Order: sequence, then C-alpha cells, then structure tokens
Amino acid sequence: MANQKEERHVISRRGFLKGMGTGAVATAILPELPSQSVEAEETTQEITEATITLHINGKDHKLTVEPRTTLLSALRDRLELTGTKQVCDRGTCGGCTVIVDGRTVYACMTLAIDMEGKNIRTIEGLAAGDELHPVQEAFIEKDALMCGFCTPGFVMSVAALLEGNPDPSLDEVKEGVSGNMCRCGTYPRVFEAALAAAQQMRGA
Amino acid sequence: MKNFEYFAPETTEEAIRLLDEHGEAAKPLAGGTDLLIFMRDQKITPDVIVDLKGINALSGIEELPDGSVQFGSLTPMQDLAVHPMMRERYPHFISSIREVGSIQVRNLATVGGNICNASPAADTPPTLLTLNAQVRLAGPRGERVIPLREFFVGPGQTALERDEVLTHVILPSPQPRSGGCYIKLANRQAMDIAFVGVSSYVVLDEDHTVVDARIALGAVAPTPLRVDAAETILQGQQLTKEVLSEAGEAAEAASRPITDHRASVEYRRMMVKVLTRRAVLRAAEKARNGNGR
Ligand code: FES
Ligand code: FES
Repeated sequence: MANQKEERHVISRRGFLKGMGTGAVATAILPELPSQSVEAEETTQEITEATITLHINGKDHKLTVEPRTTLLSALRDRLELTGTKQVCDRGTCGGCTVIVDGRTVYACMTLAIDMEGKNIRTIEGLAAGDELHPVQEAFIEKDALMCGFCTPGFVMSVAALLEGNPDPSLDEVKEGVSGNMCRCGTYPRVFEAALAAAQQMRGA
Repeated sequence: MKNFEYFAPETTEEAIRLLDEHGEAAKPLAGGTDLLIFMRDQKITPDVIVDLKGINALSGIEELPDGSVQFGSLTPMQDLAVHPMMRERYPHFISSIREVGSIQVRNLATVGGNICNASPAADTPPTLLTLNAQVRLAGPRGERVIPLREFFVGPGQTALERDEVLTHVILPSPQPRSGGCYIKLANRQAMDIAFVGVSSYVVLDEDHTVVDARIALGAVAPTPLRVDAAETILQGQQLTKEVLSEAGEAAEAASRPITDHRASVEYRRMMVKVLTRRAVLRAAEKARNGNGR
C-alpha cells in the first residue's frame, strides 16, 4: 500500500490533486461542506472528495465535489444555478446544454472535476445585466416557448451556433439544435427565433 | 452513480501504469458520452476512473510521411468533422461522424471511445473498416499497430488488453477515383442508434470497372463487419444491376442480425441487401465524379 501511496505522489500535480484517494486529497474537504453529500445515500463506500474551482459566467466558484458529481449536479445542487435544466440526466434531451470553451455540451454528461480551468457559460450568464441576449429577445419576440422547460438548452445551442456561424441557413439552424428536444413542439418557432436573432446580431 | 477514485494522468505512460496497477477495478474514460451513462445505470461500476482527456499526446491530427493520416484517439469528433484536410480526404468518414448523436455529443465524444466501446451499432467503425484503418495500441509491453479489422472481438469486446490504451487511429491515404458512402437507418436523424449501417468504399478505373470495393456493416452482427464475399463479387466488374444485386445478397448472407425493439431480423436483413446496393452505387458515383472518397 505504501507503494500505491507513492504512486499518487509521482503522478502529475493535476493527477495528484484529482487522485481521489483517501489520503492527502480527502483532507482538502472544505469545512462548510454539508455533512452528507447529494448522492451519499446511494453508497456505503467511503466518500472521497476534492476541492475544485469552476469558472462559470466569468466568476470563480470553489466547491468540493465527489468524482461522480456531474457538472449539471454541481451547477444545480451546489451552486444554485438552476437555469440549466435536468430532464433526462442521460445525454438525450439537451435540457442541460451549457457552453464550455465555446462549445455546447450536455452538463449531465460531464464530470465537474473535469471542468476545472474551463470557461463555462450557462443561461444565467447570457444576459448583460438587465439587457437580454439577442437570442433570448428573439425567443420572446417569436414566442418560441410553451412550457419553457427546454428553452434554456435551446437558447444556449442557438447562441453557440451563432457565435460560430453568424448567418446560418435554416438547415444549419436545424442541425444546430438537433441535440435539443422540445416536448411541446416549439421547433418551428425556435427556428424562426434563431434566424431572427442571427439577423439582429449581424445588423447590430 | 457509484463513487470512484479519479485520476487524470498527463501522459500515456502514466495512464498505462494506473490501468496496470488497478487492474479490473479501473476503466479508462474518454469523452464519457457512453461510459458515464453506463455508470449512471450501474451497468459498469468501476472503482477507479483513469481520465485520458488530459493527455495532450492523444489529441490532434497529423499527416504521416507516407501520406496516411494519424489522429489521436481522444480528439473530439467535432474537431475531426470540421478539419479541412479530414473533410477533403475522408468525406464519408466525416459524414459517419456527423451521424453520431448531436453536436453536444460530438463535442465530447471521441473516435477512440466509439471504437473501444465496441458497440455493434456504432457509427464510425464500419466506415473506418472500409478505409482499412489501423489502430495504435500502447501498453506496458510497448506499442503495437493492428488493423481495425482485428480489433473487434464481440459486443463490447476488443483486442485491447486491460492495461493498454488505444492511442491513435491511422487512415491510409485515399486512392484516386475512389468514393465512399455511409448509410444509416434509424428512426430519427439525430440522437439515434442505427438499426442498420452500411459503409462502402469503391475505387474505379477509367472505364468505371471496379478496381477495389470494400463494404462494412454495422448493427447487424456481434461486431462491425467487413463483407469479403460481397467485395469479391464486385471486384473487376462493371456495376450492373445484376452485379449489385449479387453483392447485396452476399452482404445479407453475411449479416447475423438479431431482433430487438429497434427492428426485426427479417427487416434488418432485407435492409442490408438494399442499402449495400445503394451504398456501393453512391460510392461509385462519387468515385466517377472524383469529388468524394
Ligand atoms: S438532462 Fe442532460 S441531456 Fe437531458
Ligand atoms: S416548450 Fe415545453 S418542452 Fe419545449
């Protein structure tokens, strides 16, 4: 076992920090950590955690997570950024879409621990103060939501699409949001909103 | 999800050492778009995760001196999909990538992961098989390069040893007057799993005679499958209706599909026949136009 301990010390700093052993890293648990973690009841094994810093919407957030904590769970359950929706929690619906280093990903399919040092943007960070992002404006303008549960995900997908492609065709818009599902069937309005936002942003 | 120890090595050697040290308990993590779901469903419950994403040497695309292209197994699919050289040389591989999940999935998912999961229905393996792809495997005993054909052993089973890492995929350079095509049959255009996938690659001579034909099937056998019998039929032939039908029938005969909630054996077999014909024809068209391998 001494051997194993040593192994953790020889691996890189990043690897070491993230090595969720019961050794050095476990001592890094923050004092204000809630006594039981979110999923603690599911397991009997010793809980091991690490303190990480997530850069979200321009701000650093320090928090302690288990390796299994998804970015979605960290956002919603730990940082109270609940604009990112949990629907399927298995990478099929797009409700949890966030932008990481300029690319959309499903927050339910990424581990929070793997997001250190990355630039994470959520729906909460899209507006500039009281001024909505043009994509948000367009969704309102075109009435592109019904229940609205899928909307944050769609807005993030459209925002990311337009950042990479300011003048998308309808087909490109469709492809851009093909990883998002809407049970209310707002797709036609979403497409309209995306095209309207694109036009607005090009003109501005 | 059961908790686990997490390691993020920065070199392949470290990753191999960790996998070696933890043996059965450890699982390498690539994009995570499949593994994390399996873990969430407790289908796989590793005690140790070795995250490969921090290993820079496993990402990137480069041309080798012999004209083939090698890319890192951890390169996100989306990076391959937008890469000008990849699009120019291997358009049917790129179109196969674009069949995977959605943009959100492709931003995370890797071809290495797609291969190593060895799902019989995965989208990239049939096309990689038609391109005669090779895979580079690194382990404690050194490195080996094997044809992808020899890599798939069964559903979820591969030639990869527990302490080995698939580091790179090598694609031979495409031939002149070649064309390729991947046809996926699924219920939805995005975020769906193929119930039949057929990939083809055809090289023609000036008279449009088939110089080389390669056909691979997905979702209709325990592993992605090259169909030699169908390829032999096409070799040296003009692509007449009869020849195409014969090849389709040979592909159908080689398929060993199952019935599940996606499709029945009968339907899958029938579609293998039809889609093989269609995929070969489309590949040949591209070969003739010289605009898509
Ligand atoms: S909640 Fe993440 S994709 Fe559905
Ligand atoms: S508006 Fe209700 S799910 Fe999309």
